[in-house]
Amino acid sequence: MFVRLVYESFRRQKRRKLLAGVAITLGVGVATAMIAVATDIGDKISRELRTFGANLIVTPQEDTLDLQIGGVDLRPPSDGAYLSEADLPKIRGTFWHHNIVGFSPMLPVNVTAGPSGTADVALLGTYFSKTLTFGKEEFVTGVRITHPWWKVQGAWPDDNSQDVLLGERLAARLGRRPGDDIDINGVPHKISGILSAGGPEDNQIVAPLGLAQQILGKPGAVRRLYVSALTKPEDALARRDPKTMNAELFDRWYCSPYVESIAYQLQEVIPHSHAEQIRQVAQNEGTVLSRIKGLMLLITLAALLASALAVSAAMATAIFERRSEVGLMRALGAGSFPVAAVFFAEATLLALIGGVVGFAGGALLARAIGRSIFDSQITIEPVLFPIILAIAVIVTFAGSALAIRRAVKLDPVYALRGEA
Amino acid sequence: MSSRPVTEPARRRENSPHTSMFLRMLVRAAVLRRGRAASALLAMVVAAAVATAMLNLYVDVQAKLRREFRNYGANIVVVGKDGQALPAGTLQQAESVLAGRGMAVPFAYVVARTMSGQSVVVSGTDFDQVKKLDRWWAVTAWPAAGGAALVGNRAAAVVSPKSEPFDLSFQGRVIHLNPSGLLTTGAAEDSRVYLSLSDFESWTGVQPSTIEIAASGSAEEVSALAQKLAQAIPAAEVRPVRQIMEGEARVLGKTRSTLLAAAVLIILTSALCVLSTLMGWVFDRRRDFAIMKALGASERLISSFFAAEAAALGAVGAVLGFVIGIGVAAWIGRVNFHSPVEPRFGVLPVILLGSVAVALLSAALPMSLLRRVEPAMILRGE
Repeated sequence: MFVRLVYESFRRQKRRKLLAGVAITLGVGVATAMIAVATDIGDKISRELRTFGANLIVTPQEDTLDLQIGGVDLRPPSDGAYLSEADLPKIRGTFWHHNIVGFSPMLPVNVTAGPSGTADVALLGTYFSKTLTFGKEEFVTGVRITHPWWKVQGAWPDDNSQDVLLGERLAARLGRRPGDDIDINGVPHKISGILSAGGPEDNQIVAPLGLAQQILGKPGAVRRLYVSALTKPEDALARRDPKTMNAELFDRWYCSPYVESIAYQLQEVIPHSHAEQIRQVAQNEGTVLSRIKGLMLLITLAALLASALAVSAAMATAIFERRSEVGLMRALGAGSFPVAAVFFAEATLLALIGGVVGFAGGALLARAIGRSIFDSQITIEPVLFPIILAIAVIVTFAGSALAIRRAVKLDPVYALRGEA
Repeated sequence: MSSRPVTEPARRRENSPHTSMFLRMLVRAAVLRRGRAASALLAMVVAAAVATAMLNLYVDVQAKLRREFRNYGANIVVVGKDGQALPAGTLQQAESVLAGRGMAVPFAYVVARTMSGQSVVVSGTDFDQVKKLDRWWAVTAWPAAGGAALVGNRAAAVVSPKSEPFDLSFQGRVIHLNPSGLLTTGAAEDSRVYLSLSDFESWTGVQPSTIEIAASGSAEEVSALAQKLAQAIPAAEVRPVRQIMEGEARVLGKTRSTLLAAAVLIILTSALCVLSTLMGWVFDRRRDFAIMKALGASERLISSFFAAEAAALGAVGAVLGFVIGIGVAAWIGRVNFHSPVEPRFGVLPVILLGSVAVALLSAALPMSLLRRVEPAMILRGE
């Protein structure tokens, strides 16, 4: 009898069931999408924040003092120590290598440029988009990844070529355009493009690393290395000195993607190096990230509240409309418990169906949001599914409870006369 | 209604001023069915509050995040052409162009020698301003008095390894300095020694060659400002810092789009909530509808009655919701950004119109259903 009551109610009252079902589906869908977006937003924004450039710098440990003014290194090139280019692919072997978006080695050299060696300029050797191998794995890295604000008019040079980029101010001064030649230390090189960087590079020549090493006469030399890594905002643990930690704490520190622990791991793989966070980028990243995450969390709460209300409102309306039915059941001698049980069973069934459909819809919605805003997938944790379903059932239950209680308490006489 | 005492409304009717029947019906309908009216109003208020909060946040979040992004430091750099010092008065010119919408900090640089003959870059600047511009500088103690220097942590190993007072010479002139604290940034600043501008100028006679400017405003406003600066100071190169500007624009854009998507979803859900509650409310009153019709009221009168009711509910809900929503937005602003979100009264008409429209829509749907039914059927309870 119980099953039949529920079944018949679904069969006969399609419109009402549909209305309530749609409300639950939409509510669950919105909640799923918002939770998925909120849990993933940290990762997505952290990737966007990489447009601010590298957050770590690796320099030789025994280096002499930098003499940099306005981005121009005044130190004689013979001075100071170098990193070895051969060590760079090892970065791929660190614990957090998945978090390392890219790295660019830099080697500044002073050269004379122009038709008769008229101008002294800085030449910066680097990777543009270089393919490296670590073990059997191939990966691509260079300034096109770590310095996304660099814009080139013309073409990026090939990393194995002798072509160069000319900074836009330098190009304007020398009157060169992409495709022209330029003499560097008396040797002609092709200008493949004009670089606009909005920094000191605008007055420099940017060349493949190999060319800079050749000019300097130090094969395999790298002056400094910029690393762009996805990191976790700094907290109290991050700021502690690893030397003072016990083994367990150290493991936790080492296995968290803090900028400090990534720096520590970089020093481990690159011999005689000193890795440090670039505080301008690394410190601010944490604040911006936590603000945006906090905002999304609060908004997700608002979304959950709104969908819970929508579901309860729909359920309350659906049950309120059926109080004459309740009256009839009560008049025929049904106790309040069996009557409530019928309604709760119906609500649960609706919640389960709405929950499954809503979850699927919400997952699609989250993917659509991810693709259209961040150009990447928003992954939905499968563990969300039972949680969402449980929330849907609880909210539907809670939303119906008050209405069911009122319907059951109502005198059957009034209910049947249609008065409430 | 039959169970209510007859005397009470009758007494009220006599005492009350002669308001129109229409108005009285509106008010009495809400008063007599307090519970249902309250739940419909509650749905309306919650929806309007959520919508207000979301719209307020959407409008304000840009300004809030921009302030956070200003912690990245300068977005415009003014340098003398070919590394020359800027002409005197450039800082004042830059500040007059800025007119309070940002700050400008001068930097002067020379390469000095330590007593052991090592070269080190020494910079003169305005410490009070740098503190505000470059918040990421980790400084153990800022210099307070004259003759005090801020030493980069790599430079410290060269000039003053045990933070003892040290001497620097530039073109034969020697200055005696007390290190006040260590500076760590992870960039070129670590290899420098910083002095106050007055100490620096009296020692070297060199004028600032760089002015770093943190201008507030959108990307377009900052670019326009950079152009204005270039016109006002022809002797200098004005460079917008693309690294900062592009990163900021990108992150802001993505955040705003996400927020917009969230706002649309949440507002839709709350509209749905209102729709189902109000539809229930109107549908629930089919007996009133039938009685009016049976007593000879025209379709138009009944429709306008229900429409007025819905519109009143929407308007009251919108105003109450607006007030609550502003409170919620301010609270979110304080919790998350440590400064309240400014109330935007421009949002009110939007919320008001939207609420009334949703309310009218939710009244119209059950009305069109009821219109097709004979009053007798409804009164018989079918």
